[in-house]
Amino acid sequence: MQFQWSAIWAALPELLDGAKLTLWISILGLMGGAVIGVVAGFARAYGGFLSSRVALVFIELFRGTPIMVQVMFIYFALPLMIPVRIDPFGAAVATIMLNSGAYIGEITRGAVLSINKGFREAGLALGLSRRDTLKYVIAPLAFRRMLPALGNQWIVSIKDTSLFIVIGVAELTRQGQEIIAGNFRAMEIWTAVAVIYLVITLVLSYALRVLEARMKIL
Amino acid sequence: MIEFKNVSKHFGRIQVLHDIDLRIASGEVVVIIGPSGSGKSTLLRCINKLEEITAGELIVDGLNVNDPKVDERLIRQEAGMVFQQFHLFPQLTALENVAFGPIRVRGASKAEAHALARELLAKVGLAERADHYPAELSGGQQQRVAIARALAVKPKLMLFDEPTSALDPELRHEVLTVMKALAEEGMTMVIVTHEVDFARKVASRLIFIDQGRIAEDGDPRALIAHPPSPRLREFLQHVS
Repeated sequence: MQFQWSAIWAALPELLDGAKLTLWISILGLMGGAVIGVVAGFARAYGGFLSSRVALVFIELFRGTPIMVQVMFIYFALPLMIPVRIDPFGAAVATIMLNSGAYIGEITRGAVLSINKGFREAGLALGLSRRDTLKYVIAPLAFRRMLPALGNQWIVSIKDTSLFIVIGVAELTRQGQEIIAGNFRAMEIWTAVAVIYLVITLVLSYALRVLEARMKIL
Repeated sequence: MIEFKNVSKHFGRIQVLHDIDLRIASGEVVVIIGPSGSGKSTLLRCINKLEEITAGELIVDGLNVNDPKVDERLIRQEAGMVFQQFHLFPQLTALENVAFGPIRVRGASKAEAHALARELLAKVGLAERADHYPAELSGGQQQRVAIARALAVKPKLMLFDEPTSALDPELRHEVLTVMKALAEEGMTMVIVTHEVDFARKVASRLIFIDQGRIAEDGDPRALIAHPPSPRLREFLQHVS
């Protein structure tokens, strides 16, 4: 079978639409995941009995079940249990938020606990509140240590959006599959889909490398 | 300035300080010596509530340290602390480290804080190192920046927890010189150290702690020249 470049050019507008949706799901999902993860991580590291337990249950739940099951639960099962209407895009974003939030929670906890307690004492001894010590002393150091693991999680989550094919959200993988159903050019289209994912993740990798070079791990 | 009344401190079931009674007046330079594990660092850390006392009463600058209604930040703002391992904030330059307290604690503007920081860095002899990061400074320089950082909050007293123990002998001198100048300005200082020579030359009072109790308390020159107890005599032989 011959590789037909023309099949790719013809499909490119639709594939790029899919890529755009993939990016939106990833960006919104990971922004929410970062917030959830940082809160969960600090709760695990410094929280009281209740908040650290709640965070632990959340993390174990979303780290311990497959993301595909999570998204199908949110999209198909949740509306049967509580009166919500959720569209495929919303379900996809929510799943990335919760799933990456669980992993980022553990990344945050590890980074925060790895900071020498002397820095915390130095902040407290100057007369800062516990909260300001976390904000101005611990957080800037912990963020630097989180970056490599965070970059890893971002890339994993971007690729995980391809699983949302199961709820019919028109992201990149779904677009590819639908195009192939019409033209049968599996070789060309799956190659193009793979290359588009690779471009997205390579750009992110490069941006992270630049950021890491500017923010040395201390 | 500082008053310990019958203070004890336990870590779990282990008692590390036993019934400490101690008054330190404004302007005193008190050196605390003692074997490792004797409780001298713990005693110091109780003063700014990095450790909480478990019995007795501790008053610092008129504030009751173990009263939960007293905001420990007020005590800490009046009691600057210098640590054995410096603990400068590694992501900030020397100047930013010193300006950190005034900005975050005293609410100073960046310009005011930086002006004060430059002044203090000059005082500890590091004016030309202002824009260096801690990793680019020697241990002695880092410790001098740490002293400037603590002074920048304008404390009424300074606590030093083995400030020279992590330094090579030739770097200790520069830190001790800064501390001596501070003592001569009349700063109230409590210093946990093994520097017996410094105690003799600079301190107004020497306290020897042994097994969580104050074993000796008096004039440094007299105590060092004629140790009244065999325990102190033995200790002094080991450290000098």
